Amino acid sequence: MVLDVNWTVKWLTLCAQAMAEHRLELIELDRAIGDSDHGENMDRGFQAVLAKLDEDMPETPGAALKMTAMTLMSKVGGAAGPLYGTAFLRAATAVGDAIEVEPAAWAGALAAARDGIVARGKAEPGDKTMVDAWTPAVDAARVVADGGSPDVLDVLVAAAEAAEAGAVATDPLVARKGRASYLGERSAGHRDPGAVSTALILRAAVGAAA
Amino acid sequence: MTVTIVVVSHSEKIADGATELAAQMAPDVLILPAGGTDDGRIGTSLEKVLAALGKAGEDGAVVIADLGSAVMTAESALEFAGDPPDVVLADAPLVEGLVAAAVAAQGGADVRGVRRAAEAVRGPGRRPLPSASDAVAEGVTGAGPDYTGDFELVNQAGMHARPAAKIAGGLASLDAEVAVNGVDGTSMTALMTLAAGKGSVLHVEAWGVDAERAVNYVGGLVQAGFGEP
Repeated sequence: MVLDVNWTVKWLTLCAQAMAEHRLELIELDRAIGDSDHGENMDRGFQAVLAKLDEDMPETPGAALKMTAMTLMSKVGGAAGPLYGTAFLRAATAVGDAIEVEPAAWAGALAAARDGIVARGKAEPGDKTMVDAWTPAVDAARVVADGGSPDVLDVLVAAAEAAEAGAVATDPLVARKGRASYLGERSAGHRDPGAVSTALILRAAVGAAA
Repeated sequence: MTVTIVVVSHSEKIADGATELAAQMAPDVLILPAGGTDDGRIGTSLEKVLAALGKAGEDGAVVIADLGSAVMTAESALEFAGDPPDVVLADAPLVEGLVAAAVAAQGGADVRGVRRAAEAVRGPGRRPLPSASDAVAEGVTGAGPDYTGDFELVNQAGMHARPAAKIAGGLASLDAEVAVNGVDGTSMTALMTLAAGKGSVLHVEAWGVDAERAVNYVGGLVQAGFGEP
């Protein structure tokens, strides 16, 4: 198993599938503590990515990630657009024009993506945002990638599992960023939709490698 | 050619309307609206912002955005474009900031000057502006203004939005600290809070390389009644 352009395209396709499948769930989560557009926006954004892939097949993982960044930033509309767009853009820059991305390089790309989200959104761990899924995912991916002769699938699995646990762990948090922060204490008891969509994206990466 | 201004709003109508308003006061400035999503919904679009930046003139561009994610989209566009040195984001309220920026651009300010004009509308303005009396009290000499002037408002409406924008915009392009009746002369909103009507006297104090030009600039505008009746 290698992380090449075929894997990247399959990953993006599975992301689109996941956003379509979980559209209502994300809308419901966002209705509780936001403005209920997250499911709609993510679904529309990744459908637009699929349309772009139909038009023009990228030649490298980096090119596919950059195209995704541009598309999400243009089509999503809400805050998730520039945040995920920046994540994919920084990941694209991190992998460069490599034909195959090594496990350590992928862990680095995830870290770059997370750093981009933090730079753009100014959220920190514990603010009840997508950063709470990204940060444990980055840490888990790095631990596996830094081990002896890491298998890339293990890196992807570690990131997905940590993101899912991170999303669940946003339940009791009080939001300090984004629209949910307007609710103050009342935001506790709900899962952050951005953390959930992050977990879906990183889980799709596993599916693409399976 | 002047600095180009790009207006990023969640709403296409807001971006278009604010552009229309500012263009009235700055007929020679290229102001490009980038509002709404590609398909006309409420939101912002990287493609629209990048397209606007692509049309900007060679004197650089200042980007002004409205709420939260519009700022993120504007920042993302700058990152996508490779953070060109002559394109900057102004942290300013959209309408007031845009008008002040447009007037500054019309007056020939560079990108930093235009951004400064936009950001000056935010609050009470840059501080501290030392006054001559403070200097005496502290026993310091030479800290008074380099140039001063007193000018009586002769236009019927006195100090309202358009005169304030003209004064603030022009001063933003000069290398001078300017106080008008004690408030920051580059801040359009601070000038408006003076609520100076016809017959009021504006006391102008200026420090810096362009201090004399600054006083003459304000004096010229006031004495000409800002071109108004």
